[in-house]
Amino acid sequence: MTSTRSRAHRRLLAESRPARRSLAVAGLAGLAVTGFVLAQAWLLARVLAGAVTGPGNQALRGSLLLLVAVVAGRAAAVQSGEAAALRGAAAVKERLRTALARHVVRLGPAWASRQRSGEVTALAAGGLDALDPYYARYLPQFLLAVVVPVAVLTAIAVQDWISALIIAATLPLIPVFGVLIGLQTRARTERSWRLLARLSGHFLDVVQGLATLKMFGRTAGQERVIAEVTEEYRDSVMATLRVAFLSALVLELSASLATALVAVEVGLRLLYGHLGYQAALFVLLLTPEAYLPLRNATAQFHASADGLTAAGRAFEILDTPAAVPAGGLRDRAVPDLRDTPIRLDALTVAYQGRSELALDGAGLTISPGDRIVVTGPNGAGKTTLLLVLLGFVAPSAGTVSAGGVVIAGPGGLTSCDDDGWRAQIGWLPQHPTLFAWSVADNIALGRPGGSVPAGEIERAARLAGAAEFIAALPDGYETVLGERGLALSAGQRQKIALARLFLRDAPLLLLDEPTAHLDPVSAAETGRAIADLTADRTVVMITHDDAVALPGARTLAVADGRLREVTPSATPDTVVQAGAGAGRWRR
Amino acid sequence: MAGRLSGAVTADGGPVRPARPARPARPGGPLVRLLRLGRPLRGRLATAAVAGALATGCGVALLAVSGFLLARASEHPDIAALSVAVVAVRGLSVGRGVFRYAERLASHDAAFRVLARARVAIWRRLEVLAPAGLPAFRSGDLLTRLVSDVDATQDLFIRGISPPLAAALAGAGAVLACVALVAPAGLLLAAGLLAGGVLVPLAALRAGQAAARGVAPARGQFAAAFGDLIDGAADLRAFGADETALDRAGRANRELASLGRRSAFASGLGSGLASLAAGLSLWGVLVLGVAAMGAGTLGRVPLAVLTLTALAAFEAVSVLPAAAVQLSQARSAATRIAAVLDAPDPVRDPAGLAGPDRPRQRPAARSVTISLRDARAGYRPDGPLAIDGIDLDLCPGRRVALVGPNGAGKSTVAAVLLRFLELAGGSARLNGHELSGYRGADVRRVVGGCPQDPHIFDATIAENLRLARPDATDEELAAAAASAGLGGWLAGLPDGLRTPAGPGGRSLSGGQRQRIALARALLADPAVLIMDEPAAHLDPAGRREFLADLFGAAGDRAVLLITHDLDGLVQADEVVVLDHGRVAERGTPAELAARGGLFRRLLDARDNQDECAD
Repeated sequence: MTSTRSRAHRRLLAESRPARRSLAVAGLAGLAVTGFVLAQAWLLARVLAGAVTGPGNQALRGSLLLLVAVVAGRAAAVQSGEAAALRGAAAVKERLRTALARHVVRLGPAWASRQRSGEVTALAAGGLDALDPYYARYLPQFLLAVVVPVAVLTAIAVQDWISALIIAATLPLIPVFGVLIGLQTRARTERSWRLLARLSGHFLDVVQGLATLKMFGRTAGQERVIAEVTEEYRDSVMATLRVAFLSALVLELSASLATALVAVEVGLRLLYGHLGYQAALFVLLLTPEAYLPLRNATAQFHASADGLTAAGRAFEILDTPAAVPAGGLRDRAVPDLRDTPIRLDALTVAYQGRSELALDGAGLTISPGDRIVVTGPNGAGKTTLLLVLLGFVAPSAGTVSAGGVVIAGPGGLTSCDDDGWRAQIGWLPQHPTLFAWSVADNIALGRPGGSVPAGEIERAARLAGAAEFIAALPDGYETVLGERGLALSAGQRQKIALARLFLRDAPLLLLDEPTAHLDPVSAAETGRAIADLTADRTVVMITHDDAVALPGARTLAVADGRLREVTPSATPDTVVQAGAGAGRWRR
Repeated sequence: MAGRLSGAVTADGGPVRPARPARPARPGGPLVRLLRLGRPLRGRLATAAVAGALATGCGVALLAVSGFLLARASEHPDIAALSVAVVAVRGLSVGRGVFRYAERLASHDAAFRVLARARVAIWRRLEVLAPAGLPAFRSGDLLTRLVSDVDATQDLFIRGISPPLAAALAGAGAVLACVALVAPAGLLLAAGLLAGGVLVPLAALRAGQAAARGVAPARGQFAAAFGDLIDGAADLRAFGADETALDRAGRANRELASLGRRSAFASGLGSGLASLAAGLSLWGVLVLGVAAMGAGTLGRVPLAVLTLTALAAFEAVSVLPAAAVQLSQARSAATRIAAVLDAPDPVRDPAGLAGPDRPRQRPAARSVTISLRDARAGYRPDGPLAIDGIDLDLCPGRRVALVGPNGAGKSTVAAVLLRFLELAGGSARLNGHELSGYRGADVRRVVGGCPQDPHIFDATIAENLRLARPDATDEELAAAAASAGLGGWLAGLPDGLRTPAGPGGRSLSGGQRQRIALARALLADPAVLIMDEPAAHLDPAGRREFLADLFGAAGDRAVLLITHDLDGLVQADEVVVLDHGRVAERGTPAELAARGGLFRRLLDARDNQDECAD
């Protein structure tokens, strides 16, 4: 845990490069604050002593005026230091967000499908704000905790070396005791951690299951159980806290005992005339200041914890290696799918953590103009087949190739530009994503990298059967999806996804259960659009319940875990062996 | 708790329909109501506040007495004159640490005790509301947030209650001491403490909230663009549109960062002003003290005490900004909690009932009949009706299928039959008596089944099943699991029924969760089984198999099958097609197929699909 923290600290400091200037300003402001603290103590002591022994009101007035200036200067330094630190934090957060966005894209769909996107998004959008206290308070306190004690000790030593000795002897006790007690607590905390996690999760579990409990008339005892579990939680947390608060107690005690020691020692020497009143006051006023930054730094430790956790999570994502390493030279020309057949040779896919193979030695030739329907139960490897063709999933053995160019081989081997390969594919996933963009931009996704004329977008929408409902949207094609609770039906979403494919005009279409989640009316409309779309193209379509078929298509059906040709055709030997696994891809 | 508000019994013992009064509004803002939960613990909270005040007071007094010690020593009196101060200084320094420790323990202990009360209070309300009375039950995220809102009350009571009270006590003590020495200086200190400790933090908080509101749209834009990168990763990669989406996220990111830089100055202002207020009031106190000394009304010793008291007093208010932040954060959580506490009851249970037809005393559970006539219901009193005039009859051995598109009102019918939701009009009768005359729990003893998304608890499979019948033997559990089609799977598990389901049943597949829910429903042995989309997570073959298992296991129970899938309906005695909360048509599957209504059109749409494809 400590090592994770210090690693996160080091990484954060490394990531702070764009904020270097802001943080330097914040550091200078911290030094200025230290200077003002010394000056304020000196002036206070001077006024208090001067008012007594009195070199006349003139000098006193000068000191009072200087004191106002010091007060104002201190406030200004505090303000500018915090503002600079926050500006720095904004720069670091921007840099981390950019890095996260780039890396998330690099990690690709296989990684993304395993994430809870809400959590990662909340981290990037809001969670990193926990770094504000880290930069605005924790880091400056850290600096002050080093600078102030040294400066104060030097100033006191000049006036009274005995007090300086007392402080120098007690000051190190704070970090030493802090660490000792921290170690002791950590062992305890870790012992009770699992219990705490279980106890705090209990309430959420019963609330989520409340409807079920009610269904079976089992809510009666729960109120008592919740109270008991929460009490149990309190008991174990308090047991931990009783020890944890000891470290704070030691900090508090060493600071105040040192102040008391210094006050008594200085007072007695003052009594016997070994020390002047002004020097004695100066020492007394500064003594607590020597301890304050250390005490604050431990208090800010908690403020930093959230920031470090957020940063640690971000670094975890940034350190995740891309699943498919860029293998192969990618120096071959991308084969043209309009006249090149695709060959699947002994294609085997294993998903991590699964004993069954998703595909097991699958062989298949997809010639230009082929129309292939793949049917079979869940988890048979149908979707995996499409994902390998798209280059999203690397086979563990065997290859996908076209015209002798390897498209997908073991370990992410690819001998041509895979983006160029995908540019020839139109893919309709089971649940196409609609982005929080305008309808027009969502359709234009079919042809990215430049503006698409409105006429072409509208034509694609018309062909997909989407023109009618788009016209009825509040802002037509400019309606931004996902805002103001604007929700499209499953059928409408599918039609927008189809419009993308009409616009894309790709020679190879990969359709994954295009109508499975639609009500029968939408499914029929979508089916008609698919019939238009698939005319004169190479098509591989997965369908679940024989509802949609392609005219003149070969059918590959699952039987006993094997995918075999149902319709007699040119390649009777085509047998795809398949196992479980595709279900892993999308929840 | 709702029971005593309504309910009456007619002379013949049959229940009558109770009125449905609105829930009386409670006085006080949401935060006040949340704080009221701590009232029984006010002793502990007061202990924490007093200990905190004593800790801070010791700190202030330590410096003041030290000042006295030095000022007195500079007058070179006999050493005996200093002995009390020397002892006091040592005592105060120990007292500060010990009182602080006591305050921390007391405030944390009280906060956790309040948490238990908060959880129980919200649970009581949720128990009445679930699942039809609260939108949160239709969204897992809302429910999770509600639970974390409740858990956040502990932070409110740790940082939001005793620190401000302690600061007020200690601050007042310091002010009184100063007033006793030089009255105007004491008043000036009071003003300075108020400005630096209360006004400036509140203003800074306000400004911070305004800034946060200003940032919210930009943050939302970034979140949407960033979320798209993950949710749409496959689509973006397939279409080669990664850069397009990254550009959008980059634009939103730059906007967010520039807003952050712009608000930095204002954010720093709070700390700066607090420092200024403290410095200026110290200065003012000093000037007034020196003036009083010049006028001969103040000695050198009181001047030192006065100044050092004022200097130390600001330590007392240093915790207030954090408390202000805590209170303001708690307010939004409190508002969401209050919304739950104030939500109107979805059903009103009648008071003590007796009667020959009381379901508890069912002579033969299988003889239960339920009928809906012109049933109308909605989720909010002022909201639209989710079902609007439904007739439905369920009797022993009868299988009725409720079909229709999403939002047609299918699950609302289930909620009414399970007495999770009160009718807004029409009637629902159980064995001829109004359903509203029975307690919900009694109705659910004879009407059971699976909700749409059954919850699997973080416990073993056996414990999840035993929920339905706590006294069931292992053999009975195994038998129920076998009739739900889980026999083979369970046999293959090394721990069998003792296998943990994991949090939220996550170590099971969707199909296994639904079969466990079916086994649980069978184990409870209700006369009427209501199955809401029981096969939603299965493929067609699995779906047909599941429905066959379900109808086989149902025996002579009445079954209401809610589905939007037309497979497996052949076994239904009646199909009721819902559309927009009304019955579009009804009949046997064969009649409906012959008739040419919505059902026929739904079937045609399927056939049409096939034709298109052929």
